Amino acid sequence: MLEMKGIKKRFPGVYALDDVTFRVKKGDIHALVGGNGAGKSTLMKILSGAIEPDDGSIFVDGKKVIINTPEAARKLGIAIIYQELDLVPTFNAVQNVFLGCELRNKAGLLDETAMINEVRDLFNKLELKVPLNEPVGKFRVAQRQMIEIAKALHQNTEILVMDEPTASLTDHDVEILFDIVMRLKEKGVTIIYISHRLEEIYRICDTVTVLRDGKIIGTEDVKKLTHQELIKMMINRDISQVFPETKCTAGVEALRVENLTVKGVLNNINIRVCAGEVVGIAGLVGSGRTELLRAIYGADPIENGSVYVEGKKVGIQTPSCAIKCGIGFVPEDRKDHGIILRLPVKENITLACLPMIAKPGIINEQKERNLAKELTGKLKVKFSDLSQLVSSLSGGNQQKVVLAKWLATKAKILIFDEPTRGIDVGSKNEIYHLLRELAKEGLAVIMVSSDLEEVLGLSDRIYVMCNGEITGELSGKGACQEKVLSLAMGAVV
Amino acid sequence: MHVRTKGILGGQNLKRFDKLRSFLLTKLKIIFNIYTAFIVLVLISTLLSEHFLTRVNIFNVLRQASALGILSVGMTFVILSGNGGVDLSVGTLMSLTTVLTAGIMMGNPDMILQSLIVVVAAGAMVGLFNGIMITRFKTDPFITTLGTMTVVQGLAMFYTKGAPFGSVTNEFRVIAQGYFGVVPVPVVIFLTVFVVSLLVLRKTVFGRYVYAVGGNQEASRLSGIKHNRIKIAVYVISSMMAVLAGLIMVARVSVGDPRLGYGFELNAIAATIIGGTSFAGGVGGMSGTIVGVMIIAIMDNLLNLLNVSPFLHEVVQGLIVIGAIIMQRKK
Repeated sequence: MLEMKGIKKRFPGVYALDDVTFRVKKGDIHALVGGNGAGKSTLMKILSGAIEPDDGSIFVDGKKVIINTPEAARKLGIAIIYQELDLVPTFNAVQNVFLGCELRNKAGLLDETAMINEVRDLFNKLELKVPLNEPVGKFRVAQRQMIEIAKALHQNTEILVMDEPTASLTDHDVEILFDIVMRLKEKGVTIIYISHRLEEIYRICDTVTVLRDGKIIGTEDVKKLTHQELIKMMINRDISQVFPETKCTAGVEALRVENLTVKGVLNNINIRVCAGEVVGIAGLVGSGRTELLRAIYGADPIENGSVYVEGKKVGIQTPSCAIKCGIGFVPEDRKDHGIILRLPVKENITLACLPMIAKPGIINEQKERNLAKELTGKLKVKFSDLSQLVSSLSGGNQQKVVLAKWLATKAKILIFDEPTRGIDVGSKNEIYHLLRELAKEGLAVIMVSSDLEEVLGLSDRIYVMCNGEITGELSGKGACQEKVLSLAMGAVV
Repeated sequence: MHVRTKGILGGQNLKRFDKLRSFLLTKLKIIFNIYTAFIVLVLISTLLSEHFLTRVNIFNVLRQASALGILSVGMTFVILSGNGGVDLSVGTLMSLTTVLTAGIMMGNPDMILQSLIVVVAAGAMVGLFNGIMITRFKTDPFITTLGTMTVVQGLAMFYTKGAPFGSVTNEFRVIAQGYFGVVPVPVVIFLTVFVVSLLVLRKTVFGRYVYAVGGNQEASRLSGIKHNRIKIAVYVISSMMAVLAGLIMVARVSVGDPRLGYGFELNAIAATIIGGTSFAGGVGGMSGTIVGVMIIAIMDNLLNLLNVSPFLHEVVQGLIVIGAIIMQRKK
């Protein structure tokens, strides 16, 4: 039904897509997988009219089509939900769903009532509990993503492309999404599903195409491919073990939080992390995990409670206090909070430690370059030049740059909020190994993740949160998905 | 999409035309930047007027450019810091400086120091006020500096009762009329300010932080950068530049004029933008701003030499700004 033939696309210095021919059968749920920078997003951006290919053609139902604007794609029934969410933050849910196709009444003015009703129906069908009247900018990532999906569905699409739709959804939301996807399939909608999550691909997809380094490696029926074979196609090396061995090397207490309270958000939190430990914090969306991390780091003000670093009480009111205490924070939203896109790689790496390489106030460029070279080497960041803008790096490499920034400050306590969100299997693996290595070197690592497997696989100890409180503390061995999930949902274990 | 298959624009010819057009556009984009625009402008001016390349005229242009140049340096810092950063109060602050300097000095060399202290203090206060309003009280920079601009203008008018006033000593006039060797003093001051600012932006921690805050304030904050301090600092820098420019101006015209600086702030913004600094912040810098200043100064000079109506000068300048931002569009 859809054929993208001989697609070529070049970005400065890189062949994003090298003679790609991609075919999708009508009514299929077709998975598109590949490592970071493999070209999946680029290919889909071409399909949806966001960018134009340098060469190649697209055929829909056998007819050649030209898709040079998003409008053209929409007219052909192609819709895409991006990883980077495309909503207007100051508009509410209704206004966003109808963005660009607002309903008018007979007088030519906006028909608010009709639009509100349609959206209410749609949200009920999707079981979305999202307020219709509030600006979406305030919503959590998961909620905004559901509005995006509703928006695409609203436009009667025939080919729906979903780019990492579940990256920020909890298991519960993911189930709802799968229901919708299956219902769409029954209606005859073709779905192209970009995802890093193997379980999802094997669960709902019919066919899978693997891209690597801008080339198609192969297309196969999902049923005919084992996990191992699929992973091998993606990264060209065997991954037999996803998580590195957790040999706990816990030493002295590095961080202690006592009676931390933030009104309405966190209630009497007590946690401890030792040097050499990886401590995971599990919980569902809204349990207060991110808020806890931000409070420890000084990103948000603490009302009540004390923080002790290496046994000494410290007052952390701002991020710069936290940095002075040796704490580093890798945020959930790396593009908005972790890196400065328009600055080069080396400048992002030294961003938090400039005073250390600048005396007196003048930056020592040699030191900066050396530091950046050392850290990008240690973390295996893929880039072409230290002066390259960090915006041109892939998600996994950008995440490594954020980590490099904190290693440059010689931080002893590292806090990660969703460390592998939106990152491919290969890079995820590298980050897992890095986390454990850092712990082995004596750092204290705190990690929040919505991926239960990830939390269980990496942590020496796990705190489970629910509704702003710690509902349980489990050691790595005593933990299992069911126990964690029940604690996360507030049940007594 | 309907593709015509007959005639000159048909079939193959359409493809060729498209290819030729995109080829030309890419080449044009590479050639057509402000540095070449500057060179072209100089060439055109030389051709159109025999007086252009004379020593008198060149120094004239440079002198004219000095005050604007100094203002633009300050404006570049502010616009680079992003988040809507702009300082509309520099023009009227320049006027106030001339008025206070001339009014306190009154031709008396003993009062030079006093007048300098007052204007520097006034400038610092305006800069701090702007900075604190914008950071602590989170007011919009455009509106805030618009308010400051109006207050300062009012104060200048009040002090002089509306008319040019006061006088400046001969010793002081050296600032405008003296020479360092063959180069006029104002030009030396401007170039020094420019070079120092260039180095600060490129080589110091402070400069890096300005770009960081302009590029992404929240990411900078989370990386421990004290973004409020940086922003207050750039507004103080901008005000100090306005004071310096005012001192040069009052030395030149030797009276305080409450209306002198009006409109200069827009020129400073224009020069900064023409120079490639993005209004969104985080991108650009001094090397572009100086070219922007020179383009404006030379264009003004050329129009004067060609006896073009002074009112049309602004039309031309506006068109240059528009042309510049079109050239600067991201692909």
